[in-house]
Amino acid sequence: MKVLWLQSGGCGGCTQSMLCSEPRSLFDELRDAGIEFLWHPALSVDSGQEALTILEECAEGRLAFDALCIEGAMLRGPNGTGKFHLMAGSGRPLTEWVERLARHAKWVFAIGSCTAYGGFSANTPGNPLEACGLQFDEQTPGGLLGAGFQSGGGLPVVNIAGCPTHPGWVVDTLEKAALEGVTGADLDEFGRPLLYAGELVHHGCARNEFYEFKASAEKQSDLGCLMENLGCKGTQAHADCNLRPWNGSGSCLRGGFACIACTEPGFESPGHAFQETPKLAGIPIGLPTDMPKAWFVALAALSKSATPKRVRNNAVVDHPVVMPAIRKKGGGK
Amino acid sequence: MSRIVVGPFNRVEGDLEVSLDLDQGRVQAAYVNSPLFRGFEQILVGRAPLDALAIVPRICGICSVAQSAAAAEALGDAMGLTPTVNGKLSRNLITATENLADHLTHFYLFFMPDFARPAYAGRPWHAAVAGRFTAVSGEAAAEVLPARAGFLRLMGFLAGRWPHTLAIQPGGSTRAITAGERIRLLAQLREFRSFLERRLFGDTLAAVGQLASKDALLAWADGRAADFPAFLQAAADLGLDRLGRSADAFLSHGAYGLFPAGTWQAGAAAAFDPVVIAEDTTSAWLAEGQPRHPARGETLVYADKPGAYTWCKAPRYAGQPVEVGALARQVVAGHPLLLDFVRQDGGSVMARVVARLLELALVLPAMENWVQALQPGEPFCAQGDMPDDATGAGLVEAARGSLGHWLSIKRGRIERYQIIAPTTWNFSPRDAAGTPGPLEQALVGLPAGDGAPPTVQHVVRSFDPCMVCTVH
Repeated sequence: MKVLWLQSGGCGGCTQSMLCSEPRSLFDELRDAGIEFLWHPALSVDSGQEALTILEECAEGRLAFDALCIEGAMLRGPNGTGKFHLMAGSGRPLTEWVERLARHAKWVFAIGSCTAYGGFSANTPGNPLEACGLQFDEQTPGGLLGAGFQSGGGLPVVNIAGCPTHPGWVVDTLEKAALEGVTGADLDEFGRPLLYAGELVHHGCARNEFYEFKASAEKQSDLGCLMENLGCKGTQAHADCNLRPWNGSGSCLRGGFACIACTEPGFESPGHAFQETPKLAGIPIGLPTDMPKAWFVALAALSKSATPKRVRNNAVVDHPVVMPAIRKKGGGK
Repeated sequence: MSRIVVGPFNRVEGDLEVSLDLDQGRVQAAYVNSPLFRGFEQILVGRAPLDALAIVPRICGICSVAQSAAAAEALGDAMGLTPTVNGKLSRNLITATENLADHLTHFYLFFMPDFARPAYAGRPWHAAVAGRFTAVSGEAAAEVLPARAGFLRLMGFLAGRWPHTLAIQPGGSTRAITAGERIRLLAQLREFRSFLERRLFGDTLAAVGQLASKDALLAWADGRAADFPAFLQAAADLGLDRLGRSADAFLSHGAYGLFPAGTWQAGAAAAFDPVVIAEDTTSAWLAEGQPRHPARGETLVYADKPGAYTWCKAPRYAGQPVEVGALARQVVAGHPLLLDFVRQDGGSVMARVVARLLELALVLPAMENWVQALQPGEPFCAQGDMPDDATGAGLVEAARGSLGHWLSIKRGRIERYQIIAPTTWNFSPRDAAGTPGPLEQALVGLPAGDGAPPTVQHVVRSFDPCMVCTVH
């Protein structure tokens, strides 16, 4: 599978993240799965005219490629000119290159939430950059390529959302496409591959015991559950961050800070401070999406009243102060 | 005289275009264009102050943590909050991990592949370098990517993930390291040290850190089987110690408490005074006006401005362009090896690369000390209150140089947020006086155009540019 990769209104962090792919070297991993970069802006040797020639040949349909990977929001401004990003050396808007290339791609992959839904660039008040995703304006279908766009493989844009994307989300999706193909059944309604978006960030969270008992962190660096006070959206965000560790053993929650739902369209403007949980009458308004609110409130009250001292005390400090009790043989009651 | 436009410049972070006026195959004048506008300074206005911690890392996927650290410092300045001892150590470790990983990525993936180009076939070193450093397929990539990923496992412990963490807070870090994890961090550092000593240097970090002159460095490299010596051999053959000289004015904000802040110009070191920084918008597609200190700066788009040629502002220090980066840091810190380079031939492609790799040798042992100094059980994050009205500045060093954030808060919201990134300094355009930026100066006189060797490529990449930061 030949991959052509372009970057625009983003930070390049999805490529930097992808290079962390483990355990094998990313290049070995992809090569042995039959995947090669026809051109990648951070990795290929071809520069200047050499690179423009490859892109022009692809855009004219003279050089075959399979997958178009775009990283970064599409900047259509000012006034529809695309001048906020004219691709270097070409004098042409990057949006125009993407439209031309997408016509010849078997698959189009939006790498990261910017590319999928518009990102921070689309969240400047009034959106002066006229930024959008490839096929979405935040939650609304449309974007640069339009709601009806289908690539040569008969699929809409595949949105590998995340800010940044986990290397495994990108590598596994590309390998799925190369080895078996991707169908509509592999994607959710925001176009995200279910191979990672079929889970919630909450699944496998190392703070789960604190969640169960609603033993909440009160300040940054506390060990407790981050949902009640510190803005965590792990119970609503679609991704497998706590099942598929980041950088060996990490995740946002393991790092001690809230999930800000970076795989969701529109996460950039939540309507409240990122690190605070908005509440109504003392109850968080962003409760788990698939649970009736009354149940949640009732369960929370019950579990709070049953919280063991160990869990309650450890929730509000940055290192455990009460160790789990040890059951001794014959000594139990 | 003819003009050529070179771009896209890949293997830099982000998009870059350079226009060159040529006469008889030599560059007479260079114009550096950062062709992508991002608008982060506007995104931040009106937000809750601490939201900056979630927003600014997304400016850059390669200096993500440096952006976080600058914001945390600026917010801490506004709050009057000092991080705890553990918090400071953690922040040092997280920042150093990113900076060293970036140095490694730059050398192996961005910079060295140009030496594998067919244009150098026939040079005595070419076959070996091509086998090792050819883009994507060279044998070094298969070793360096796992080494890099292994080193970045430090981030899994210290910052949750990389890039884009929220662990760095004004009071320190959200992530308290346990006694057991401290052992794992030391093991991970040993693994990376082993890679550097075996593959990159072919010697101990201590021996590399003690090299005190260019002659000693070249004598050390002679016949040594490792990647840094291989670069030095090719660089000496191509005369890269005398190519890519800019104005030899250097600035550093100071890093980790290990390398001091300061400036260096014409052989004289001086104290750093942030008050004399100003940004000029003459050549940028931004509204005209007198140069402004970033605490009073503005970013207003003027897309059809006549005479402008980039989205990048021109920061100036006391009215002069300055070069930032590992070379600047080490010259300001007075490291004898880099002082020797700069005294002999000024800043150069070779000096910039040597400075970066020297930092790998100098900073990794410091990281081992910081991990050992962590006190599990003591607090990692100090708590404080955000005032409704305040100002703050955060000045740090990213891998590629000095990064500054200046913010003001009014009625509990961000009123103004201005950023000067390292490549904004290095790749700045002409200012109102017509003075070109550091890269624009460094390219003058180089061979370019049809049939020229890839010298321009080496000089541009020697600055390790990050364009997405530049245009934030």
